[in-house]
Amino acid sequence: MIRLEGVTKRYGDTVAVDDLTLEVPSGEVCVLIGPSGCGKTTTLRMINRLVEPTSGRIEVDGSDIMSASAVELRRHIGYAIQSVGLFPHLTVAGNIATVPKLLGWKRERIERRVAELLDLVGLDPAEYGTKYPRQLSGGEAQRIGVARALAADPPLLLMDEPFGAVDPLTRERLQAEFARIQRELRKTVIFVTHDVDEAIRLADRVALMRDGRLQQYETPEALIDHPANKFVHDFMGADRALKRLGRVSVDDVMRAEAPMIRDSDAEDIMRAACGSMRFVYVVDAEGVLLGWMDCVDVAGGVHPDEAITRIAWREAAVQSGSSLKEALSLMLALGFRSVAVVDGRGALLGEIGLADIESTMTAGDSHMAQPTEESAGEESS
Amino acid sequence: MTAGAETSTPRRAWRGFAVAAVAAAAFAWLVMQQGLWERWLGALFPAEAKPIYPSATLAQLAWEHLVIVGISSGLTLLVGLPLGVWVTRESGRDFHDIVAAAVDFGQTFPPIAVLAIMMPILGFGLWPAVVALFLYGLFPVVSNTVAGLEAVPVDALDAARGVGMGKVRILFAIELPLATRVIMAGIRTSVSINIGTATVAAAVGAGGLGDPIIGGIQVQNPAYVLEGALTAALLAVLADRLLAQTEGLLVPSHL
Ligand SMILES: Nc1ncnc2c1ncn2[C@@H]1O[C@H](COP(=O)(O)OP(=O)(O)OP(=O)(O)O)[C@@H](O)[C@H]1O
Ligand SMILES: [Mg+2]
Repeated sequence: MIRLEGVTKRYGDTVAVDDLTLEVPSGEVCVLIGPSGCGKTTTLRMINRLVEPTSGRIEVDGSDIMSASAVELRRHIGYAIQSVGLFPHLTVAGNIATVPKLLGWKRERIERRVAELLDLVGLDPAEYGTKYPRQLSGGEAQRIGVARALAADPPLLLMDEPFGAVDPLTRERLQAEFARIQRELRKTVIFVTHDVDEAIRLADRVALMRDGRLQQYETPEALIDHPANKFVHDFMGADRALKRLGRVSVDDVMRAEAPMIRDSDAEDIMRAACGSMRFVYVVDAEGVLLGWMDCVDVAGGVHPDEAITRIAWREAAVQSGSSLKEALSLMLALGFRSVAVVDGRGALLGEIGLADIESTMTAGDSHMAQPTEESAGEESS
Repeated sequence: MTAGAETSTPRRAWRGFAVAAVAAAAFAWLVMQQGLWERWLGALFPAEAKPIYPSATLAQLAWEHLVIVGISSGLTLLVGLPLGVWVTRESGRDFHDIVAAAVDFGQTFPPIAVLAIMMPILGFGLWPAVVALFLYGLFPVVSNTVAGLEAVPVDALDAARGVGMGKVRILFAIELPLATRVIMAGIRTSVSINIGTATVAAAVGAGGLGDPIIGGIQVQNPAYVLEGALTAALLAVLADRLLAQTEGLLVPSHL
């Protein structure tokens, strides 16, 4: 648990953080969001004592952070800094191993952990372990920074725009990965971002700041549906219904029994699979999505092999852990009324249709269908 | 750069170091060939009856020179490195400018004048020379140590503090490794200057390769001057190469 009580930080005349009171319960993700210069980084750095508050009190797991040594405190709080800050003279593996080494882990354990973390952030351990920071792209370096913060499995994490320099596709993957690990490990996280969609997707609660002051600290739903003031309302954006979809995972909505055939199946099995379907998915022996077969063409006399459209699953399917918003935008981009859901290897898990998304939007709690009217009312006033 | 190129670099650095070591051995052999020098210098200066400095063998002179340089440069490093580190710490930052000015002054002050001042205090011989050379060589070591440490990227320092490294660990594991190249450049400059300047030490009777130079000027024998000057110049080049190769071993090639 992290508790800030009336915390203020002044730099001369600038008030970077103004009387901030905030409590992040254990196992929750607090996303800190707000315009540039609103005090997000300063807030994080006061928690691990890189910055000394001008006034106020900060507690971590019930004890005042000033009561123990700063060095000891920091070893138990993972920190991914905004400017990444990899050590230029150490390899990627050496960088990730920093904290485990400080904690005196055995060499084999460190090596295993480094490989595990590189896998986690989507970089091949064999290829990247021996590289030096200078040889990495900005996005790669940032992922190593995150891996370094996670290395010793700290119960508390402070992450300052950890996915800021990563391309949208990779960011999407890292977010899904983050959400997945967080469901398992239940760490206490303060996550800084500029990206409202990222906040909505990852947060248990969102803390929206402006000019050092906390504007609202509630669930993403509450910020979307009941903004405390006009600033919050404007910051969260107009497309509220769409934003809400960012909170729902495709795994919770997809239909698992998608019609499918194997590419090795005999012609008559392929024909029979069609039934009354418009199309069926095609997978390989491992279940990895290869494409789909057009049943209308097959019915019209086309040979099943000729009726198969092959696709790259990375581009034409959503991965498990993605949000309905991503599923919807993929459908719009591809011009389809449904889209396949696959796991990390590309194996077909199920299917999600426009109708499924629609029914989620209307079937949810009562205020789900209202935001459009609400916001229209506010805009005219 | 490929991973293969990275892994082959230490081997190349060791090879360079070995070459420099062989050159040092060749130099040692060369200064011991008194007869050979006599014949060369005789051929170059046929007018001189005695073409080689008679008061001491070249090997003795070179050894004396090395002792003077070794002690004074050793002291320079012993004092200069910690001084450079100290003025970049919180506790010493206030002294940064004073130390920089003092060390700068130490270098602009002519060493021959330092010798003259030191003589009444420390007398004749090795020690006034060592003190003068020590002060004279301090500037490049201190200023490069400070410059190297101040050039360490702030975000790397920030991350080091953020992951819970203590100050001492940050200094030895992050700052010094990242500053090594610049610090080594300062050490090389200091030692090179020292080897050349140490020839004036002969003026206070400290011996070394300055002896034949000063002796040669007094008796107007250019052969003596060449004997001392050539050997000192070779020694300076050699020391610089050895230090450069040491640097190659200390500093990863990708920095
Ligand atoms: N060391 C410092 N000295 C003086 N002013 C500072 C210092 N650090 C931060 N500030 C000021 O405090 C305010 C908050 O800075 P902070 O870095 O916390 O913002 P931020 O919300 O993280 O912004 P961004 O999204 O751009 O990273 C800014 O106005 C900044 O100029
Ligand atoms: Mg910031």
